[in-house]
Amino acid sequence: MIPAPFTYRRAGTVEEALDLAADAGDDGKYMAGGQSLLPLMKLRFAVPEVLIDIGRLTELSYVRDEGSHIAIGALTRHHDVEHSGLLAAELPLLAHAAGCVGDPQVRHRGTIGGSLAHGDAASDLPAVVLALDATLVVRGPSGSREIAAAEFFSGLFETALDPGELLTEIRIPKPAQRGWSFQKFTKRAIDWAIVGVAVQGGHVGLVNMGSVPMRAAGVERALAAGAGPADAAAHAADGTSPASDLGASAAYREHLARVLTGRALAEAASRN
Amino acid sequence: MKVAIGVNGTRVEAEVEDRLLLAYFVREVAGLTATNIGCDTTSCGACTVLLDGESVKSCTVLAAQADGREVTTCEGLAGADGQWHAVQRAFRAEHGLQCGFCTPGMVMAAVSLLAENPDPTEAQVRAGLEGNLCRCTGYHNIVRAVLAAARDGQQRDAGARYGQARGLPGEAP
Repeated sequence: MIPAPFTYRRAGTVEEALDLAADAGDDGKYMAGGQSLLPLMKLRFAVPEVLIDIGRLTELSYVRDEGSHIAIGALTRHHDVEHSGLLAAELPLLAHAAGCVGDPQVRHRGTIGGSLAHGDAASDLPAVVLALDATLVVRGPSGSREIAAAEFFSGLFETALDPGELLTEIRIPKPAQRGWSFQKFTKRAIDWAIVGVAVQGGHVGLVNMGSVPMRAAGVERALAAGAGPADAAAHAADGTSPASDLGASAAYREHLARVLTGRALAEAASRN
Repeated sequence: MKVAIGVNGTRVEAEVEDRLLLAYFVREVAGLTATNIGCDTTSCGACTVLLDGESVKSCTVLAAQADGREVTTCEGLAGADGQWHAVQRAFRAEHGLQCGFCTPGMVMAAVSLLAENPDPTEAQVRAGLEGNLCRCTGYHNIVRAVLAAARDGQQRDAGARYGQARGLPGEAP
């Protein structure tokens, strides 16, 4: 399978990437590692006329301790997130979940920023940054702005990024409650999650339980009201709208969400 | 666009379509056909090559993205003396293949795995090969081969060789 024809442009700096995007206008598309975008282009679901390769912006590949929060450059690869000693110590949920993305080959290419900007509700990391209350830093022609993860995912493969805006950094506060868990249910190792659950303290993110990545609000309310893991997990499918597809029926996804949330809350509690 | 990609140590320059995938560059431009194209959807791993020493699925990398970088395919594993790579020898000795279609990708994934983790557990080998599908072997002999290659690496450090230990010839492929 071959993508539709496009013009390839490579950015050497963030400024150059923004200029290339401005030149391309609505026809342009950023590509980081390409592990989500190229498969869509081969299926002709994505047909950008200008592909702007930001994969060599090494200035955006880093993990830094900023005191109250950890700053992660958007071009940091899943492999590097997975093996970061700083993240293993401060944000083990993120390091572990990054190691669950795709397979080693995908993790050698794919980036955290690319995964988030792709806005796929079936991807692992959107639910993780939701549970971690991340802030996403983006740059556009008129400067930088910050977007709360809770405001970032706006629709099916849609984000709050304006045309030409580039996700540059993910800021994650050091969690007050240390207990964490990531549960991912797949048929084959390399598949997207049929359902996934990310827990950090009393925050719960859901993978593939609707058209956008979401927090399990009912579970979080129950936990805040003092419910135990099993009782809280019973609310995991509240307010969700999972799809029925080849992987599972909506009803089975709702069941899985409750089961996996129960496991995740129990595991997180054991790590507190 | 014009690209210059190091393939097994040789610089390959060509004018290619912007949309050309690395798997097709390796097979049709560089003329090296060990790299197989299986699913073409980032699933099966048959097209796995090393990009700057790390495993990637070459059906999901543009040749343009590899411009100026080093690609290693299965043809490039043998040493300058023609001696097979430890992973190749171990796949042969442990019968880590049947039809052979997944094998070049499986070998390259294993080389990358052992570069990152020279002494893996069996579970780590199985997890490390999760991106490569084999429809013949049931994986057991593949996992044995990777574990044997890891032992070989350690034995080689001690001055021994896996193939010699089993009386196997070290001939070129």
